[in-house]
Amino acid sequence: MIGLTDYLVLGAILFSISVAGIFINRKNLIVLLMCIELMLLAVNINFIAFSHFRTDLAGQVFVFFILTVAAAEAAIGLAILVVLFRNRRSINVLDVDELKG
Amino acid sequence: MITFNQFVFYLFSAIMVISALRMITVRNPVHAVLHLVLTFFTAAVLWVQLGAEFLGIVLVLVYVGAVMVLFLFVVMMLDINIARMREGFVRFLPVGLVVALIMLGEMLVVLTGRVFRLAPPPMPPAGYSNTEALAGVLYTGYVYPFEIAAFVLLVAIIAAIALTLRRRPGTLHQDPAEQIRVRARDRLRIVKMDAEKRS
Repeated sequence: MIGLTDYLVLGAILFSISVAGIFINRKNLIVLLMCIELMLLAVNINFIAFSHFRTDLAGQVFVFFILTVAAAEAAIGLAILVVLFRNRRSINVLDVDELKG
Repeated sequence: MITFNQFVFYLFSAIMVISALRMITVRNPVHAVLHLVLTFFTAAVLWVQLGAEFLGIVLVLVYVGAVMVLFLFVVMMLDINIARMREGFVRFLPVGLVVALIMLGEMLVVLTGRVFRLAPPPMPPAGYSNTEALAGVLYTGYVYPFEIAAFVLLVAIIAAIALTLRRRPGTLHQDPAEQIRVRARDRLRIVKMDAEKRS
């Protein structure tokens, strides 16, 4: 029988993969954004698993809101990325050092 | 002997983990987005298996269909120098692996404990609709958060348009308001003059 622990472990593995992805792709802004999406997916899996095993719909409502906020975040992040690329011709994190003292 | 449910769970978990690993290691950003799409698809299958049918379908239709396609558009629109992006990939690989493995180990210690051994819930009664139940909660108890979420989306739309809108000087675009507002005397000057004598 698949228990709650199995789903939680799956979420933990996905979260760790996305943390590793943020470390090893730290030059590429677009892959960083994608890693954040993957993190949110891992959190959502945990929410849905808890909602199922506790028969509480609040978890699914929260997943709904997380999806909304993640979509908004992706839209604004990609808009910033496009503006950055237009001004810089690059999306390398190293090229974005205007605020460095 | 494993049951069908277990088979589906382990198969799709394996696909999910492998595609997530491919996403963070693949060289081409377009391939990375496609692997992320595969990850979301398998996650949707697992959610449906967990009884969250509505959210599973929303994940495929809205998330894969809109947000991931937006990612794909942006990746294809930008001319990215892949070789430069890969600098430091090998250098940060050990650090990333160590941090990720330590985090995973810590989470496993906590998550495999006795606290999370919940008994599987009873099957929902016949005629139970996940979408209906979710709507019943969402439009009553969570109606204010729901409206705030709608407002967040509105702000995101305005922000995205305001950020990417630009007026380039020197382009030959038409201004319909200016065209309608124009009068004949702005364009045409009627000059009265005497007729010339034939010589």
